[in-house]
Order: sequence, then structure tokens, then C-alpha cells
Amino acid sequence: MQLARVIGTVVATVKNDSLQHRSLLVVQSLNKNLEPQGKPLVAVDSVGAGVGELVFWCRGKEASFPFKREDTPTDCTIVGIVDSEKHVTSV
Amino acid sequence: MIIARIIGTVVSTQKDQRLEGKKLLIVRPINLDGSDTSGYVVAVDTVGAGFHERVLVVAGSSARLAQNMKDAPVDAAVVGVIDTVDIMAPEKV
Repeated sequence: MQLARVIGTVVATVKNDSLQHRSLLVVQSLNKNLEPQGKPLVAVDSVGAGVGELVFWCRGKEASFPFKREDTPTDCTIVGIVDSEKHVTSV
Repeated sequence: MIIARIIGTVVSTQKDQRLEGKKLLIVRPINLDGSDTSGYVVAVDTVGAGFHERVLVVAGSSARLAQNMKDAPVDAAVVGVIDTVDIMAPEKV
């Protein structure tokens, strides 16, 4: 899992049936100092995150586990909202 | 998931049985501003996307979880057609 900032939203009317009613958010991954790292990705939201929030996301097949895991095609899912930046400590 | 633009199609007659009836598309990953990046991916279409449309592409084993793709040997699938992308002002990021 990695930390990321939600920086935007994606609207897609035509999508796979199992993604209907799921919100799609653009996330920018962050390093441990909360600086942007790598390219932004589109993630499915499982926790109700909003634009500007600090979140952590899960990649790979496990990204489908918050939903019906056998038929939700996602490789990037937001699985938690970080309470605040002060709650991220690293050495 | 990545944002990509459809830049072509692939026609293949001799292929794995589980890929029969599936449309194959060549997609190029793009940046949030719509500019092209380098490289391409051959992805299976699950939504009926058309040439030059911006789409969402799922990679890896998750691509197999799309409808009608059970056990298909696939590592990239188009799962959505993008209408709009809204990004908040960079100074707030």
C-alpha cells in the first residue's frame, strides 16, 4: 500500500457493470515525506474519500477485495483515509 | 488504473479460445492533460470503446475480473470510457 493525495475526479458513464456506482478518483502517490512521486493514477474509492484528502491505496489483485472480489476489475483502490498529515511519521 | 487513448485495433484469427469474440485494442497511456506518453498496450475491450476515445485501462490479474473474462489469458482490459477528468489546482496539491 502507498500513501497518495486525491487530486481529482474522473467521470465515466460507460463502464464495466461491476464498476457502476463506484466513484473514480485521480490519486498522486507520495513518498514518505509526502512529496509527489511517480505518475498520477485512477483509483476506485472504497471509503468515501474526497478531493484533497490524504489516503492510502492498494494495488494489484488485492485492490478488488473491498468489493465483490471475483468480478470487480480494479488494480488500484483507495482503502483508507489518513486522519491528518501529522499522523504520518517516518524516520 | 491508467488513462489511455485508443490508437488502433488488432485483428487476430488464431488465438486462445477464451479470447474468441473479444475485441483487441491498441491503447497509449496519456497524461492528465491529454498529452501522449510513449509506449502502448494491447488491451481487451469490455465496454465497446471507439477509436480515439479516452478510456480507463486495468492492468495485471485484475483485468481478468472484468465481465466475460473468467480464466482468459489477459493482462490489460478497457473497463470504462472517460467523459471528463477534473483535477484540482496544482498549488493546492
